[in-house]
Amino acid sequence: MSGARAGGARLVATLALAGLASGLAIVSAYRLTLPRIQANQAAALERAVFEVLPGALRMERWLFRDGRLAPATGPAGALDESLFAAFGEQDRFVGWAVPAAGAGFQDTIKLLYGLDPAGARVVGLAVLESRETPGLGDKIFKDADFVAEFSGLAVEPTIELIQGHGEGANQVDAITGATISSRAVVRIVNAGNALWRPRLPDPATVAPSATPAGTVPPDVERGGPVPGGRVGDPG
Amino acid sequence: MSGGAPGGFGAEYVKGLVRENPVFVQALGLCPALAVTNSAINGLAMGVAALAVLTGSSLMVSALRRAIPAQVRISTYIVIIATFVTVADFTLQAIAPDVHRELGAFIALIVVNCIILGRAEAFASRHPVPLALADALGMGSGFTLALVLIGAVREVLGSGSIFGQPLFGAGFEPWVVMILPPGGFLVVGALLLLFARFAEARQRAAERLARGEGAP
Amino acid sequence: MTAGLLTIFVSALLVNNFTLSYFLGLCPFFGVSGRLQTAFRLGLANIFVLVITSVAAWALHRFVLVHAPYLTLIAYILVIASTVQFVEMVIKKTLPALFRALGIYLPLITTNCAILALALFQTSRGYDLLEGIVFALGAGAGLTLALVLMAGLREEAELSDVPALLRGTAMSFLVAGVLSLAFMGFAGLFGGG
Repeated sequence: MSGARAGGARLVATLALAGLASGLAIVSAYRLTLPRIQANQAAALERAVFEVLPGALRMERWLFRDGRLAPATGPAGALDESLFAAFGEQDRFVGWAVPAAGAGFQDTIKLLYGLDPAGARVVGLAVLESRETPGLGDKIFKDADFVAEFSGLAVEPTIELIQGHGEGANQVDAITGATISSRAVVRIVNAGNALWRPRLPDPATVAPSATPAGTVPPDVERGGPVPGGRVGDPG
Repeated sequence: MSGGAPGGFGAEYVKGLVRENPVFVQALGLCPALAVTNSAINGLAMGVAALAVLTGSSLMVSALRRAIPAQVRISTYIVIIATFVTVADFTLQAIAPDVHRELGAFIALIVVNCIILGRAEAFASRHPVPLALADALGMGSGFTLALVLIGAVREVLGSGSIFGQPLFGAGFEPWVVMILPPGGFLVVGALLLLFARFAEARQRAAERLARGEGAP
Repeated sequence: MTAGLLTIFVSALLVNNFTLSYFLGLCPFFGVSGRLQTAFRLGLANIFVLVITSVAAWALHRFVLVHAPYLTLIAYILVIASTVQFVEMVIKKTLPALFRALGIYLPLITTNCAILALALFQTSRGYDLLEGIVFALGAGAGLTLALVLMAGLREEAELSDVPALLRGTAMSFLVAGVLSLAFMGFAGLFGGG
């Protein structure tokens, strides 16, 4: 190794310089990429919301604070405090997109589902993140029949999982070979409903806030991207 | 490890591909080699990300090798590597969010990939920039090759496709366990076995040749 | 709350075992786990480093990194490096025999991906201080369990008649594959309800 034995001052100076250069490099990379990253995240979220709410053209994050649900103005809150209001043509209110999460077969399943304006029916479902077993549990988002069960599904009294063919408006057929994952999805949606339905305001009063169309505050938790991502776990 | 007399640019590049392949021969960088290789494309993405970080940090370490005092070299290397990884992480998030989503935390974990610190310490800190570049590119390519190979085997067996293209008809029942964690261990074990078999065969051939020539 | 902590612990210990399901910490897993006792002690050293890292990462995240999230990675890796150095000094002073037995694998804990992964997962999952510590204990116990199982199997294998080609790493991988397969049986511990 070069440099032989260096004095203490030289050691400190080397480390300080390395730290400084590294800090500069990281901050510039962060500045340069931040707009793109936020745009990507906002676009991904928007795609998911539009997927679960047919007819949606734009959306807003709404927050439940102090017993009242209102358009979000500040940064995103915790998972159980925010959902999305979606609007279609001529700002017609088309429904709510509810983020929810719970234990699956392998690990936490994160999903987003759409509720009609009155909060009476589930109209769409998208799995945002899961580590369910490929080929079995991952049918909760790969099996079109299962996903289709969640368009026009009554939520009263609760959604039920049926083995075989359920005829009821609130019944979902379990996926053969992935009963536990199917049950987990139903349980997560039911829990989301129990949390959110009492909080929903009269649909007639829901109107887009003054913000111009398409400006959704990006879903960036804690102020920005973090190395390793907020994408969660490998898998 | 090649601590001895350096060869030319080409030789330093080629050695990383097969003969000193970081995964199959040196058994380094195993965590990502197993964790993200449930498909060939994920293996490729991880390999390229690691190649970029390895090249950047090797160049930097080699260029600064006379300026960095020996006592603090490891800390300095780690700072350099962590910087490159953070930059790579942001870049990937910006230009390929889907890939970043697939690889998740394993991008950040490139920091602790033994190959990178290992090459910095064993090679880049002792050799001039062009050789360090050749070594980094070679080791990075070898790593990428290994990851794509593992990913391809697991994908073909476990999903019946390669780079996302279905290979077999609808009648194919995928061997799902291959894209699950156990499959990673089993496939790498089998590949290691193959590599050892080839190495053994080559060595035997060389010995036979030496005996043949040495005989009267 | 307690149910949540138990879930975190058992999940990190069995269902999502760091070594056998996330492939973290493979270097010591394949390198050092030849002897049962060394494996066990390395596991303990890992638990210790994991818990300290968890607390340090929590404090860093809570008080410093909220203002500069882009420095997360570099801050974590420096904390881990210092922690490992500290643990190394403590072990060298108090347990010189263990220090010699662990050899190169002690400083290598720094580049054990499990440690950094723990800090990153804990942050991305939003664990608080207590949850983080429980997570670290579970993950550490999981690592130790995997190390010890592997070491036990390898001690057995030394005495059995294995083809020469299979000896060494290749067989360790195949054994690990079977272990991992067995651990998959723990999946569904929480989803079954």
